[in-house]
Formats: sequence, C-alpha cells, structure tokens
Amino acid sequence: MLPLGVEFSAFTDAGFWIGVGAFAGTYVLLALGLQLNVGYTGITNFGQAGFMAIGAYTMGVLTLETSISFWLALPLSMLASMLFALIIGLPSLRLREDYFAITTLAMAEVVRITARNAKGLTNGSEGLSCGGPDFRCFDDTWRNVSDQIESWLQSLGWSDPEALLPLLLVVWGMVLVLTLVLQRTTNTPWGRVLRAIREDEDAAKALGKNPLVYKLQSLSIAAAIAAIAGWFIAFNIASIAPTEFLPIFTFYAYAILILGGLASYWGLIAGSVVLWTLLEGTRFLELPIDADQEAALRYAIVGLVIILLVAFRPQGMFGKREEMVLGE
Amino acid sequence: MEGADLTLRPGLSSRERFLDWANRRPALAAAAILGLVGIGLIASKGLHDVAQASLNGLTLGSIYALGAVGLTLVYGILRLVNFAHGDFLTFGAYIAFLVNVTWGLPIVVAIPVAMVCTAILGVLLEIAMWRPMRGKGAGLFQLMLMSIGLAFMLRSMVQFIWGGATRELDVDNTSSVEIFGLRVGEIELVVIVLGFLVLGGVGLMLRYSLLGKQMRAISDDLDLAETAGIDTKRVIVLTWVFAGSLAGLAGVLAGATQAVEPNLGFELLLAMFAAVILGGIGDAFGALAAGIVLGVMIECSTLVFDARWKLIVGFVVLVIALVIRPQGIFGKAKSV
Repeated sequence: MLPLGVEFSAFTDAGFWIGVGAFAGTYVLLALGLQLNVGYTGITNFGQAGFMAIGAYTMGVLTLETSISFWLALPLSMLASMLFALIIGLPSLRLREDYFAITTLAMAEVVRITARNAKGLTNGSEGLSCGGPDFRCFDDTWRNVSDQIESWLQSLGWSDPEALLPLLLVVWGMVLVLTLVLQRTTNTPWGRVLRAIREDEDAAKALGKNPLVYKLQSLSIAAAIAAIAGWFIAFNIASIAPTEFLPIFTFYAYAILILGGLASYWGLIAGSVVLWTLLEGTRFLELPIDADQEAALRYAIVGLVIILLVAFRPQGMFGKREEMVLGE
Repeated sequence: MEGADLTLRPGLSSRERFLDWANRRPALAAAAILGLVGIGLIASKGLHDVAQASLNGLTLGSIYALGAVGLTLVYGILRLVNFAHGDFLTFGAYIAFLVNVTWGLPIVVAIPVAMVCTAILGVLLEIAMWRPMRGKGAGLFQLMLMSIGLAFMLRSMVQFIWGGATRELDVDNTSSVEIFGLRVGEIELVVIVLGFLVLGGVGLMLRYSLLGKQMRAISDDLDLAETAGIDTKRVIVLTWVFAGSLAGLAGVLAGATQAVEPNLGFELLLAMFAAVILGGIGDAFGALAAGIVLGVMIECSTLVFDARWKLIVGFVVLVIALVIRPQGIFGKAKSV
C-alpha cells in the first residue's frame, strides 16, 4: 500500500460532508458581512469572530438563564451584536484602517477571553450546552424545528435523512436570502454612498454624506450577520464554547472573501466551497501525522491561501477587477 | 446673563484648562494620572504589595518592550503592520527549546542562537515576500492580510514540528532572591537586567548612530531618503535584523519565565501593539517606555482584579489610548 493513499470510503460518507456543508454555508454568512465591510465600504473589520461570539452567547445565555423564548432570543442576540459593533465602531472608525484593524482584532480577543473567564454566565472553557434546574438545552427549540424538517423530508419520500441535513438546508436557505438582500441593498442609493466612501471619503464628505454614519451602519449589519453565523455554529456543534470563536475563524472568512473576490457576493459561495473542500480534504489523505499536526496543517492551508491569493490574484476567482482590487 | 457671559469666555472651566494642558503635555499628563492611580493603590493595598507587583511587571514589561521595539520599527519604516511579529517570538522560543533542551546546551548558548535564527527568518521573509510586494506597490491592507497569513503559517509550522503541548526551557525556575524585602525569581531578575541592558543599548544606537538616523529618515519619507543617497535596501534589511533578533530574545525570555507553546507569541502580540500605539507608531523610545509601563500596569491590575483578567487590561488600555490619543503619548497629531 502507498503511504499516501486516499481513503475513498470516507469521501462517500454523506453525514460527514453534510456537516462540512453546513459549516461552509455558515462561513459564507460570516464572509457576507466582510464583503459589505471590505468590498463595498472599505473598512477592515478583523473582528467577525467576536461578533459571532456575542451573537451565539447572547442567544445561549438568554434561552438558558432567562424565561425569554428562543424565538425572541434570536433577534435580541442580533441586536446585542449590532450594539457592540456601534460601541466599538464609534471611537475606532474615525481612525486610519490599520488602527481599526488592530482594535477590532483586540475586541474579538476581549470577547473570547471574557467568555472564558466569566464562568458564572458562560460556563468558562467548557461552554454552554444544557443545564439548569429543569435541564434545558439552548438548542431545544432548534431540535424541534430540525425534527419537523426531517419528518417533512420523510413525507417527501426521503427514507432516512442525515441528522444535520435540516441544518444544512436552513443555513444555505439563509445564505441565499441574505445574499439576495445584500445584493439588492448595495444597488440602492445607500449602497452607492458606501462605494463612494470606499473610493474617496473626502469626495463623499463634500457631497454632504457623513462617512462615519455609513461606516457604522455597514459594520453593524456585518455584526448582525455574524450573530446569525454564531447561532449556526452553535447548532452544528451543539455547544457554545470560546474555542469556536478563535481569531483564525475571522480569517477563514477572509480566505473565502479573497477566494471569491471582492465586490462580488455570489463569489463567496464558490470561495467557501473551495476552502472547505481543501480543509476537510486533508483529513482523507492518510498522512502519517498526529492530531496536532493535522490541526497545524489546516491553519497552514488558510495562511497559505491568504498569502498566495493576495500576492498573485488579488481580485480572487470572481472579483471584478475593474471595480475593486485589493490594495488600490 | 452673567452665566451666559461666563461660558462664552474661553479657557475658564478648569476641565477645559486641564484638557488643554494634557493635550500639550501628554507624557506629563499620563505620568500624573499613573502617579495618582499608583498612590491610590499604595494607600489601599500597601506599599509592599504594589512594589512587588511592579517588580513582577518589570519582567513582563521588558518582554513587551523588546517585542514592541522591533514591531514599531518595521511599522514605521516599512508601513507594515506585522501581525506575524508575535509568531517571531514563538519561533525564537522554540529555537531556544531546540538548542537548550533537545541538544542539551546551556541557555546562554540558546539565546544568541535563537536571536540569530529569528533575525535570519526576518531577513528571508523580507527578501521572499515583503520586498517583491513593495515592488508591486501593495497597499496597507494587502500587507496586513499577508502578515496574518504568515502568522498562521509560522505558528502551524512550529506546531507541526514540536506539537501543541506546553514545553519548558531548562532553566532554574524555583530559586529566588530577596531585594529590599521583595521576592523576585532569579530568572525574572535576569530577564529584567538583560532586557534593560539590551533596550538601553538599542536606544542609544538608534539615537546616536548613523544607522539610527537613516532609519528615522526612511521612516519619515522613503523616497526622499533614497534621493538623499541612503542605501535603503541595506537599512531595511538591518531593520529586520534588529526586529528579528529582539523578537527572538523576547521569545526566549517569555519562554523562560512562562512556558513555551505555539500561542506564546500571539498572546503577547496585542499587548505589544498597545505599546506601539501608546508610544506612537515608528517611535522606538515610545514603544520601549510604553512596553515597560504597560507591563507594570498589567501586573499591578492583579492587585485589584483576578489574574485571569490580566490579558484584557492591555486591550482596554489600547482602546482608551485610541479613543483619547491615537497618535500616542509622545507622538504629534499627523494622520490617524
């Protein structure tokens, strides 16, 4: 046998790939926010993982610790994330892009470390899943919905759908809806102001537009979408823990963004599929390496994708060279 | 009527007068505020505890300062926000681990080897990556993203070779000495002394040598410096030698006082950025001073908050600094 053989049986494991597909869709959502920020407004948000954490934790804490219903907790968690974006953006969006990048990265780390330390609220590094006197899980309602979708699929003649199939459908449904909505809104006068700010802030100012207001709107919309991505990560893993929101996950989304190309919402879908195929494909190469090395390999792939694309193909696969190229 | 009159006359409210003074003398104002907080701490927690925490803070501060000097030089001279700088520290720490533990050589050998290797890494990356990108006219954002990609690659390389487990350098972590009734570990004392010696040397070099002047000239205006006959390529390579070797040293010292693990550098990175911004970007002295002050502040904060929250103090200082004075304590308002 070759040492570098490929385990083909695993490639056909549908359950595994459905889980990966749900992750891929979730990261399209995360990258959609970045596309609005970086591709259309020209602000370098390095803190998506932090907004995602705020969304997931707010949803988890509200459903577990209070009597607020799951369906109310969802919009509230989006609001919390948006509010946080406003608090962070108000002082830092006035500054140059490098300061803003450092601040948002630092903010995301503050959120993660706070989640790790505030054990009373977030259960520390173990994370939130189930508990309380009447033993509830944060995703009880989601599981009900998932079961309903499953039985609906069975009624359509699907004999035994995979457990994560409903999540996959909901995530990609959300991707389609939000991509369409964002595409429509960026073609409105509001979207044109964003692009004007990206191209020339002073010119936009001269036309009577306040760049800070528009940048804050752009950032808080990205934060709200990140909160949605946060829920789906939590549903996929069935827990909310600090390690799900490491800074590298922001840069998974950046890799997708550059793969897909700037100023193109639909490209992100292809970008995410390519990135996750690369990431998960390595699992099936029977490399003689241990788990630490496998994790390292995944980080290296993300790093390499970012470096090579920025250096050699800054417009990505589907980016519009005439509209937006990195670094111009 | 009188009230309205009063508010119209400028500079009357003491708050405004203070703010005006603080704006003209930011370093003094910062020192005054820190002094007040210090006195408050001493009054509530006792002189001994505060002095002990400050002494611990000098260890951490030396490490921050060593890392921040290189970071700020590269930032100022090359307009490169090097998010991979933290992983330079990690790299240095693991080279020291290789020499000190795997090969069994003493730490005094490991330190220079780590510094040289990290300097070589810095220069190689300059030649392979940053110089061609500058040639292409890459923008700030492009370089930031590439440095982040590089950070992940360096960290994964370290993790691939040495694994994710926490390692220890072969240094004496247990014995300590007593100075003026304060306890300090021998290794911490070595870090403070070595750190201050190296930082003093670097400071003098940057201030008085021709190379230091050339660096400042390039940092002001690269094209103008080139026109003036400065060999900018050479100076930039030497900048990387500086940044790399200091980062390597900081990494070994961090590894010796804490432990060696793949996240070592990244966990220090944001505090180093805080020192760079507080000190004013490109200002080596500013970064040096801010790094040490930040270390002391963070350790003193453990008197008030649980030590688990230590990491956050640096970020909070960073955000406050950005809101109040983004050009840094010593900087002048340019474009921020």
